[in-house]
Amino acid sequence: MPSRTPLVLRRIYPVAPRDLEQAGTVSTEVRRELLALGMSPDVVRRASVICFEGEMNIVLYSQGGRVILLVKEDRVELLFSDDGPGIADIELVSQPGYSTAPDWARELGFGAGLGINNMEQNSDLFEIRSRVGEGTVVRATILLGVPFF
Amino acid sequence: MELAKIVADLGWETLVGADLTRDVRDGYCSDLLSDVLAHAQAGDLWITHQRHLNVVAVGKLRDVAGIVFPRGLRPTPDVIARAAQERVNLFLSADPAFVVAGKLYRMLHP
Repeated sequence: MPSRTPLVLRRIYPVAPRDLEQAGTVSTEVRRELLALGMSPDVVRRASVICFEGEMNIVLYSQGGRVILLVKEDRVELLFSDDGPGIADIELVSQPGYSTAPDWARELGFGAGLGINNMEQNSDLFEIRSRVGEGTVVRATILLGVPFF
Repeated sequence: MELAKIVADLGWETLVGADLTRDVRDGYCSDLLSDVLAHAQAGDLWITHQRHLNVVAVGKLRDVAGIVFPRGLRPTPDVIARAAQERVNLFLSADPAFVVAGKLYRMLHP
């Protein structure tokens, strides 16, 4: 449901598939933007973790996509949208420890099967939608001024 | 405890010393990036065998006091350059990870 609160900031960052050289740059940029807006250290930390995991998922598993940062008066929204391949069983891939990462990615310390869990744990609202053959959209929302545990 | 004292006492080589005045909270050992993102705390020294570019991003995002590479595992110049650019402290120790962690633990928890 679209939020009616005014938009403070919108940024769209393209993410290339398999580009590990650039991976992490979107997250560091998002962190910089949130610090510049004077967000609390807690919000910056949570958004950074969400963003890195989402960005890495696009890099490692998708055919490319984008990270969209929306800052509103009462929330920070991070959207991760990719151009495929889509996820058949979202419940399965959300299970801690489940990963389809290839060996080369695991050797680099990815593919622990904790990514989606980390994103959810740091979000107030979290949603994954996917269509096989088309793509996946992950939406993570941090509500500002709301107690978080 | 101040980072500079730990680095000097444990004989680490400073690869990037962006801010050696930082206060070290504690330490964290892991080679799984998601695990570090989930559990390392700001101000921790992170001991890891991973030494690629993404480690710098994780260290930055988690705001660790520094990253320590054990067993003389020297990262490549591009990793060092990225860390310098992002102002992430990097250190190299000749000791294996267990010994690095043990010595650090003894200093932080006497």
